[in-house]
Amino acid sequence: MPRYNETSPLEQMIISYRFDLPNSASIDTYLANDGYVAIKKVLEMTPEAIIEELKVSSLRGRGGAGFPTGMKWSFVPRTTGKPTYIICNSDESEPATCKDRLLMENDPHQLIEGMMIAGWTIKSNKGYIFIRGEYRYLIDIVDRAIAEAYERGYLGKNILGTGWDFDLYTHTGAGAYECGEESALLESLEGKRGVPRLKPPFPAVVGAFQSPTILNNCETFSAIPWIFRNSGAAFAALGTPKNGGTRLMCVSGHVSKPGVYELPMGFNMLRLINEVAGGVWKGKKLKAVIPGGSSSPVLRAEECDIPYDFDSLAKAKTMAGSGGLVVLDEDTDIVAVALRTIKFYAHESCGWCIPCREGTTWLKKVLSRFHDGLGQESDIDLIKDLADNMLGRTFCALGDAAAMPMQGFIAKFRDEFEEYLRKSRATEPSPELVAI
Amino acid sequence: MTFSPELEARFARLLNSYPPGRTRSAVVPMLLYAQDEIGCVTQELVEEVARRCSVTPLQVDEVIGYYSMLHRKPLGKYHVQVCTNIACQAVGAEELWDHACKSLKLANKQVSADGLVSLEEVECIGACSWAPAIQINYDFHHKVTPERFDQLMAALADDSYSRKAS
Repeated sequence: MPRYNETSPLEQMIISYRFDLPNSASIDTYLANDGYVAIKKVLEMTPEAIIEELKVSSLRGRGGAGFPTGMKWSFVPRTTGKPTYIICNSDESEPATCKDRLLMENDPHQLIEGMMIAGWTIKSNKGYIFIRGEYRYLIDIVDRAIAEAYERGYLGKNILGTGWDFDLYTHTGAGAYECGEESALLESLEGKRGVPRLKPPFPAVVGAFQSPTILNNCETFSAIPWIFRNSGAAFAALGTPKNGGTRLMCVSGHVSKPGVYELPMGFNMLRLINEVAGGVWKGKKLKAVIPGGSSSPVLRAEECDIPYDFDSLAKAKTMAGSGGLVVLDEDTDIVAVALRTIKFYAHESCGWCIPCREGTTWLKKVLSRFHDGLGQESDIDLIKDLADNMLGRTFCALGDAAAMPMQGFIAKFRDEFEEYLRKSRATEPSPELVAI
Repeated sequence: MTFSPELEARFARLLNSYPPGRTRSAVVPMLLYAQDEIGCVTQELVEEVARRCSVTPLQVDEVIGYYSMLHRKPLGKYHVQVCTNIACQAVGAEELWDHACKSLKLANKQVSADGLVSLEEVECIGACSWAPAIQINYDFHHKVTPERFDQLMAALADDSYSRKAS
């Protein structure tokens, strides 16, 4: 079952090219198609040279923050005497994102090799792949791949005669968006409630089991073998300056051909919608795009003619985030989308930080009554004020992730909120309002 | 408590996979894997997991309310989870959810009287590009229309449901 949608001729596949091969998840397929070639090269390299190559590649974290991977690895102290850990974040939960699923389902050995490269770099002996609980079938696939890698000597003791030992395990989540946040993930890995840790110290220095840790997203690790089989420079050349390589773009919503497509960083967003994803469905016009998962502020149609990379989207005051685009057509009820978005964050707030716990709850209440036709004019600014006061005031980014899209909806579609006020009012009060 | 040999083997692997003295790490996976076998997280299971992971029952208890997949009461034999998050919402998930509630005569998180089906409105399950999506237990079903939903439910009812994802 390699893919769930047709590929596009515009795709540039460097991490998804094995997806269509028969038994693509097996080690034999992997070995016959460039598998475990990169690790053999890397085992001859010094940590400094590996990190330098990664810096040249301008690979940036695919989980959402877009932090330069080489720099992240360079922060890991290598002389503390403590054990070190390699953690893969496959807790994929950002609404609109469904790429790690494909990477683990179709090419788990590529992920394992990427984690081995990280392991060798900091001479770590243990790694964990944290997979969201809902992806149970992937835990079975990845466990099978890990067992194969042990059988062939790519994991375990004295790997390829180097004297280096590396063990790898899967670890299941049990349903919590917050555990995709790296410090909450580490708490969860330690068997606790997934609440975030105060940073600094960052996981590079004090991570899993209070030890230095490399923690990256599944897609980030999966891109690493290609970089070392080819070169950092070749990877960088695929994308735009400071945005190396390709991305698995998850296109959803009102398009004719929704799907996950691998495209070079910097690919034009309108072309992505119109040429790769078949254009807005049913011949309708584009209204808006939520460009990088539900945390990213919405863009109006006229703002979408931009390169899709971290810096171009930041310049447009939104973010590339997790690479999940929700395309919205002209008939979309923006207030309904805003309400569904905040319901999610209110449900997922872990409750650790008051601005997030209370802010998401109040935003949900205000948006619920607004959506029910019982809104007041002052609610529009109230939504904005609540969001403004959450931003930057929480341990982790969940508070920001809830606030930013709310600010975006109000800033970009204030007219639609005002139109809601003019609509006839419902006769029944909202249950949410009664609950206030 | 005793579990199936497969689950016991999994537990043994789990307890071996964490650094020395870090058996608490196995608490959440153990609860979830055990729940799959026995149906829900019982007080007996809490105490068993605490014993096996060398933690207090309270340390086990406190994670249960946090993780949305852990349940203190049994779900249906088939737990039907309908995603209504934004990518699914855009292509009809709210209508699908209403249809599910009406056709199964269940509200959110309710279990049918015969224990066959339970229904839950869930957050994003990672099938956004193939929406609207549902999960029946751990099986994904993509692009689910109300008609397809009815077919799946009929298959659950007459025991012809195939675990193969669609």
